[in-house]
Amino acid sequence: MAYSDKVLDHYNNPRNVGALDKRDPNVGTGMVGAPECGDVMKLQLRVDPGTGIIEDARFKTFGCGSAIASSSLATEWLKGKTLDQALTIKNTDIVNELSLPPVKIHCSVLAEDAIRAAIADYQKKNTAVAGQPVAQTV
Amino acid sequence: MKLPIYMDNHATTPMDPRVFQAMTPYFTEHFGNAASRNHSFGWRAEEAVEKARKQIADLIGATSKEIIFTSGATESDNLAIKGVAEMYAEKGNHIITVATEHKAVLDTCKHFEKRGCRVTYLPVLESGLIDPDMLREAITDKTILVSVMWANNEIGVIQPIAEIGRICHERGVLFHSDAVQAIGKVPVNVIQDNVDIMSITAHKLYGPKGVGALYVRRKNPRVQLTAQMDGGGHERGMRSGTLNVAGIAGLGEACEIAGREMGQEAARLTRLRDKLAGRFTTELAEVHINGTMASRLPGNLNISFAYVEGESLLMGINDIAVSSGSACTSATLEPSYVLKALGAADEIAHSSIRFGLGRFNTEEEVDYAANKVIEVVNKLRELSPLYEMAKEGVDLAKVEWSAH
Repeated sequence: MAYSDKVLDHYNNPRNVGALDKRDPNVGTGMVGAPECGDVMKLQLRVDPGTGIIEDARFKTFGCGSAIASSSLATEWLKGKTLDQALTIKNTDIVNELSLPPVKIHCSVLAEDAIRAAIADYQKKNTAVAGQPVAQTV
Repeated sequence: MKLPIYMDNHATTPMDPRVFQAMTPYFTEHFGNAASRNHSFGWRAEEAVEKARKQIADLIGATSKEIIFTSGATESDNLAIKGVAEMYAEKGNHIITVATEHKAVLDTCKHFEKRGCRVTYLPVLESGLIDPDMLREAITDKTILVSVMWANNEIGVIQPIAEIGRICHERGVLFHSDAVQAIGKVPVNVIQDNVDIMSITAHKLYGPKGVGALYVRRKNPRVQLTAQMDGGGHERGMRSGTLNVAGIAGLGEACEIAGREMGQEAARLTRLRDKLAGRFTTELAEVHINGTMASRLPGNLNISFAYVEGESLLMGINDIAVSSGSACTSATLEPSYVLKALGAADEIAHSSIRFGLGRFNTEEEVDYAANKVIEVVNKLRELSPLYEMAKEGVDLAKVEWSAH
C-alpha cells in the first residue's frame, strides 16, 4: 500500500511525541484502543486555566503508520483551541487531511475517540473539585 | 550494496540467471507442443519436459513417471486433496490437516466440509509442530488423507514428516505434503520420508512463477487421483492441458541446481539467519522468536518486537522487503492465523516480522537490515504508550482496554 506524503511526513517527523504529567489537574489523558487490535493511542492535553485554551498536547501511539500520523496531526490541531472547538474535530477531517484510504479510516476514528477521551478526563477532574476552592484558579 | 533489499524469499524468490538461461530456447526456438508425437518440434519439447521430470524426481528421490506438472502449488494442493477425496470417496470421507497449513490446503478442505466431508484440523504446539500422538488418535477407519505441510511459510518450522508418514502408512492412510518451502532448501526424500503425494512449485526455489508439480506415488501404495480438469488426458490422465515447456525446463534446472548446492547454501543461510537473530536478541530487550529454532528452514526468522506494531516497523524499514503478521498488512485486517495457532497473544502477531533470507542475500545486507531494524524499533518504542507503561511496571495483561 502506498502512503500519502502527509502520512509519511508525520511518521518520519511525528509532532508532539511525549507525555504530560497525568496527575496535573490541568491535564486530560485519553487512552483508546487495545493491543490485541493492533493499535493503542494515548493523547494528552493541558488546558491553560486562565484562558481555557489548550496550551499543549502530546501523544504516544502503538499502531500502524496511519495511526501514528492521525494522532500526531490531532495534537497539532488541538493546540490553541478551546475545549469546545476541540470537540468539533471530526475523524473525517483527519481522513481528508491525510488522504487515508478506506482500510485506514479506523485510525482516524481512534484519534477522534482519543481527543474526546482526553477532554472527558479533563472535565471529570475539574468538575470533581467544583464547589471547592480550586487551588490553581485562585 | 543495492537498495531496496529483498528479504521476503518465502513469498517468492528471484529467478536464478542459470534457470532463466535454461528456459530461453523454449520460447521462440524450440516452441513445439510436447504432445505433438509426429514431428521434431514436438519431440524436442518432449525431450525438455522429460529431462525436467528426471531432474525433479532426482531431487526428491522419486521416479520420473511420478511427477505430474501443474501451474503451481495451489493447483497441486487442490488436485491432491480433491483428487483423493473424490477417488477414495467410497473408502471414507475424513481428512486430517493442520491449523497452520497454507490457505490452498485449508480452503480446499473447507470446500469438502461443505460437501459433507469431515475435516480434523490438528492444533500445533507452541513450537509450531504437531504432536504425532494427536495425529494417531485422530485417524479413524473413515480417514482417507492426511495433509501436513513440510515447512511452514510464515514461521519456517519443519514438521516431523517421516514420522507422520510412518503413522499414515501403518494405518493405510494416504499422506500428502505441501513441500513448497522445503524443496531445495532441506533434504526431501519421498521414500525415506514416507510421502505419497507432494506439492512443488518453481518460484520458491529460484525458478519461474506459474509452474509447479505434484509427486504422485506409483507403488506401495499406488495413488490414484480424480482429474480436476477435463481435456486431452495429459500427465497420465491426471492433469490435462498443454505443458508449459519453458517453465518446466526452468523448474527442472532449479531442482538440479538446488540439489547440487543445497548443503553449502543451507550452511551459509543458517549462519546469516543466526547472526540476524543474535543481533536482535542481544541488542534489543523483549523480542520473541515465533516457532522453534530447533527444526526450521535455514533462511527463516519470524520474530516479534514487543510494543511495536508490525506495519509501522515495515514503514520505517521501507528499503528492506520483509513481511509482517500484523493485521494491518493483511487484506482481512486479521492478524496471522499461524501465529495465533501457536497460542501467541494477538499483540505478538501484530508485532511480528518475517525475514526470509535466500540465495542472493549477502552478509552486508544482513548487517544493514539488523542495524536498520534495531534503530527503528528503538524509535517506535519511544513512541509507544505500551512501552512506556511496561517501563512504569504496569502489567499490560491486566489493563482494561477500550476495544473498538
